[in-house]
Amino acid sequence: MGEYAIKLPDVGEGVAEAELVEWNVKVGDVVREDDVLAAVMTDKATVEIPSPVEGTIAWLGAEVGETVAVGTTIVKVDVQGEGNVTGSAVTPEPRKAESDEAAGKAEAAAEGEAAGKPQKEEPARQEPNRQAPTSSAPAVPAARPTPGTAPARRFSSGVPRPEGEKPLASPAVRLRAREAGIDLRRVPGSGPAGRITHEDIDAFLREGDRPAAGKGRVADTSVQEIRVVGLRRRISERMTTANRIPHITYVEEVDVTALEELRAKLNTGKRADQPRLTMLPFLMLALVRAIADQPHLNAHFDDEAGIIRQHGGVHVGMAAQTASGLVVPVVRHAEARDLWDCAAEVNRLAEAARAGTASRDELTGSTITITSLGALGGVVTTPIINYPEVAIVGVNKIMTRPVWDGGTFVPRKMMNLSSSFDHRVIDGWDAAVFVQRIKALIETPATIFMEG
Amino acid sequence: MKEISCKLLVIGAGPGGYVCAIRAGQLGIDTVIVEANKPGGTCLNIGCIPSKALIHAADEFAMAAEMAAGHSPVGISVSKPEIDLAKTVAWKNQIVGRLNLGVSGLLKKAQVKSVQGTARFRDGRTVEVDTETGPQVIRAENVVIATGSVPVELPDLPFGGDVISSTEALSLTKVPETLAIVGGGYIGLELGTAFAKLGSQVTVVDVAPRILPQYDAELTKPVAARLEALGVTVMTETKVKGLKSGTVLVEANGAEQQLNAEKVLLTVGRRPLTSGWGLDEIDLDMDGRFIRIDEKCRTSMRGVYAIGDVTGEPMLAHRAMAQGEMVAEIVAGHDRVFDKMAIPAICFTDPEIVTVGLSPEEAKKTGRELRIGIFPFKANGRAMTIAGEDGFVRVVARADNNLVLGIQAVGQGISEMASAFSLTLEMGARLEDIAGTIHAHPTQGEAIQEAALKALGHAIHI
Repeated sequence: MGEYAIKLPDVGEGVAEAELVEWNVKVGDVVREDDVLAAVMTDKATVEIPSPVEGTIAWLGAEVGETVAVGTTIVKVDVQGEGNVTGSAVTPEPRKAESDEAAGKAEAAAEGEAAGKPQKEEPARQEPNRQAPTSSAPAVPAARPTPGTAPARRFSSGVPRPEGEKPLASPAVRLRAREAGIDLRRVPGSGPAGRITHEDIDAFLREGDRPAAGKGRVADTSVQEIRVVGLRRRISERMTTANRIPHITYVEEVDVTALEELRAKLNTGKRADQPRLTMLPFLMLALVRAIADQPHLNAHFDDEAGIIRQHGGVHVGMAAQTASGLVVPVVRHAEARDLWDCAAEVNRLAEAARAGTASRDELTGSTITITSLGALGGVVTTPIINYPEVAIVGVNKIMTRPVWDGGTFVPRKMMNLSSSFDHRVIDGWDAAVFVQRIKALIETPATIFMEG
Repeated sequence: MKEISCKLLVIGAGPGGYVCAIRAGQLGIDTVIVEANKPGGTCLNIGCIPSKALIHAADEFAMAAEMAAGHSPVGISVSKPEIDLAKTVAWKNQIVGRLNLGVSGLLKKAQVKSVQGTARFRDGRTVEVDTETGPQVIRAENVVIATGSVPVELPDLPFGGDVISSTEALSLTKVPETLAIVGGGYIGLELGTAFAKLGSQVTVVDVAPRILPQYDAELTKPVAARLEALGVTVMTETKVKGLKSGTVLVEANGAEQQLNAEKVLLTVGRRPLTSGWGLDEIDLDMDGRFIRIDEKCRTSMRGVYAIGDVTGEPMLAHRAMAQGEMVAEIVAGHDRVFDKMAIPAICFTDPEIVTVGLSPEEAKKTGRELRIGIFPFKANGRAMTIAGEDGFVRVVARADNNLVLGIQAVGQGISEMASAFSLTLEMGARLEDIAGTIHAHPTQGEAIQEAALKALGHAIHI
């Protein structure tokens, strides 16, 4: 029997400490390898601490809510055998981990005595969220391209032969290529000295403008198991929760020509210290105006308690994609902000979310959410409500479309709003009225700013 | 005035023009070809074919003469041979005549309408032909200019009298005692060699420092040696000043000299025939002396194509033929470009020279590492048995992937290997492809295989 000390791992770049938010085990519990022991929250995300060993929990080193420094022993586990002298296997980098995570840190630390000198030990690393397949663990490098990533290897900007090399092909191949409308300069040659063969033409016709299968390409049968932990797990859980909600999704098109003109004018004439305006601050203020008429859309529905909490303050969540996944920074009290203030806050939060420096407070507490895929916006989306809210407004891509003005077609900048509502507490009629109100505000942007 | 309309009009029935017309006819294109003289152009009537006939006759005669002189290595002795050049020329004319008929027959078979006369452009779509029966107007959707080239004259030495071009040289009925050849290019040397073999005292004069300046010295060395053996005087860096009472006045190193010459053969090059057919009327873009064409042989005027010698170097029949075939297919609606890897060139001197692709010098300019393999005919069994040990085959390849860039050869009868050389380049062969092909034994062709092996570092027979 030995004792195995588990320390708070280095959970992310620049993170020195984390808040213990949950214990998943108590003293005396039997844990197996990879069982989740605890959840800690950094200012970036919640990270779960899995057990690197099998054994019985002997000691817990912190209370929920306590801030723990990276490297502090938080759990001790009684294990079979000689304990933690050699530690567990090297675990791959966690998804959040950055390159500066030295491989040595991944080595679980050894500790001879029960609680003797933990501070001198290497910090343990216990977040193996990227597990190599057990069948061929050391043989399969993590970077090995899987069939799913193969299209990324298309030579979209590459060329099949070095600069200055002319394509080499027999007269018959040249003739065939010409008649098929193929530019041989784009066809890679598999023959001797890079000669283009009839088979290369076949492959080119079959597969289009990308290199033919090179020598040495083999079928990749590896399957990579990626543990869903941390932020991804939290997103997964929240989406599962939200998906219980019967959604009603309402899509309406909005003419944003006037709004875009106004936005462009304001951006041109703005002072240097004023933030650059995007669509979002306008939409937030329109939401504020619409919510003034329909305050029950700015609410949390606690379905377990059977209570709707209608908020006075409009805290607008803005769904943002970050390297680690979806986060929703919140612009608080949009009803108390003017356009520039709103824009500044949007920009600040977006930057913080991207950089991973948004605080927990900044990432929670929204009462209504706006979701936008930006340039990828698409025609229609079916947004999932940010539980426990009751409404979410999705912004689709602005496209110039011909619009019949009664006499002729005119080009207008059109944008769809795809909005979802909790149909248990919001009727379809109310949803439509809400969206139509936003539409009217946006199409005549002056009304967003009119008092009374 | 009579008028005919067609889809394709070809002006000039040389090797470029008649091939174009035949191919067009095969493709069902309504085609008319105009030619002032007999079909076949310079090549068939006064160039390639007749000169090769004369060269062959001269070779036979020279061999007999050597035998008569007791110099036959194979032990044949004959009495002193004589040649009736008029008969030789008649034989040559009969070959030419058969070929004229052959081309006419092929044109007819392809349902091409032939119009005899001199064509002249009125505009890009209309040509007027001056025929025996009066002017004939031809309107065509597409016109191919295939007017060829003519020998270049020297201002101090205009053609006429005893100053002759290759055309007259091929129809002499008597072997001149003395023959001065001005211009040491391939035409002058081919004919000079033939007349030397027939018994003329030949002097070749050129301003260049050596003969056949477009070839490297290694290639021309066996030719120069053979000329010397035949008693041909080669005067390089020598200028022709003019004619003076039956002698040619030349100047070398500031010193003037007079050459006795019964005939003076002027072979200082050929120029594209860009006058006399109304080029002014259509105002095409030019590329120096030549008509500018693109990779589809299109000129600057829509629907007007140009092929052959009138479009540039190398002025060779087989280039014109390939262009003609291509243009016919383009007119038929096919997508074609002139994408040939190599245009072989042959010099029918003694021994013959063949070049395809890049010479070592040209290949070096690409900046690549090269592999060069040379195999001499001295080490080739078949060459020995035909008493033709002079010369070699040389192959130039890239060092990084052994892709063959060029092949040069000099040797007796080597012209027949040109097709293999061209095929090698056109197919994109590597040294290993040549080396790995069984070359029949005993043939001179083994030399190319050995040259490739040599370049690869493991020749067997040297």
